[in-house]
Amino acid sequence: MVPLSWYLMLAAFLFSCGLYGALARRNAIAMLMGIELMLNAANINLVAFWRHGVGPMEDLTGQAFAVLIIGLAAAEAAVGLALIIAVYRERRTIDVDELDILSG
Amino acid sequence: MQLPLGIEVPIPTFEQFVFIQVALLTAVAGLAVVMSRNLFHSALALTLTFFGVAGVYVFLEAEFLAVSQVLVYVGAIAMLIAFAIMLTRSMMYGRTSPLNNQWGKSSLFAFLFFIGLLAFARATPWPAVGEEVVADEALIGALGREFVTTYVIAFEVLGLLLLLALVGAVMLARDR
Repeated sequence: MVPLSWYLMLAAFLFSCGLYGALARRNAIAMLMGIELMLNAANINLVAFWRHGVGPMEDLTGQAFAVLIIGLAAAEAAVGLALIIAVYRERRTIDVDELDILSG
Repeated sequence: MQLPLGIEVPIPTFEQFVFIQVALLTAVAGLAVVMSRNLFHSALALTLTFFGVAGVYVFLEAEFLAVSQVLVYVGAIAMLIAFAIMLTRSMMYGRTSPLNNQWGKSSLFAFLFFIGLLAFARATPWPAVGEEVVADEALIGALGREFVTTYVIAFEVLGLLLLLALVGAVMLARDR
């Protein structure tokens, strides 16, 4: 049996990678990839806590939550990438540093 | 197992040993996603990370989630990202720096966040061993029943959201 803390450490590492990617990358698609990494890390935590919680056979809340998040991530990726493609058509760039028409 | 410097390390069981391999693969691939200069390499590393996370779900005895992970993330999202990269093509070959000017602060923040989470995960006394999970097919059936009873509203709202998101994505991305 793998200890719970190992899963948490892996998820913490993936989340921090995703956080760095979402904050520091200039390309909008790379930012979206960072967000996907963070969602995956959160999912690992949910399933790990389900598995090590009280009565994993009776209470499937953790797994159900993870399935809902996977669906949500699919919706987020579809809309995010569509937005990026629309912005690219308009401005010929997806560098988030140059997309500043809303800044005062 | 006795390491030099007198550090005592418990010998991992076979399951733990395989988990360490999968976790290392996932972690290295996740790091490659944010470190790679070539955006397409990032996308390939992201696909590898998704596979690794599916493997972690197998270790957690959540087989349905592992299969969903491969279907949705590797099959759909990774493909979508690859297509978006090919359609936008800019900054793909690393002629300019892939990082913005706040990368120093971001890396420091992410590193400190990781250290904090790590300290929290190690310091908290988690329950040592989870209960046994048997009869996996019954588990998937129970999950399906939960979705049409307890979580039926969340399930339906998610379906509606997914439909709206996909219609919206087509609206946003179509050529006017």
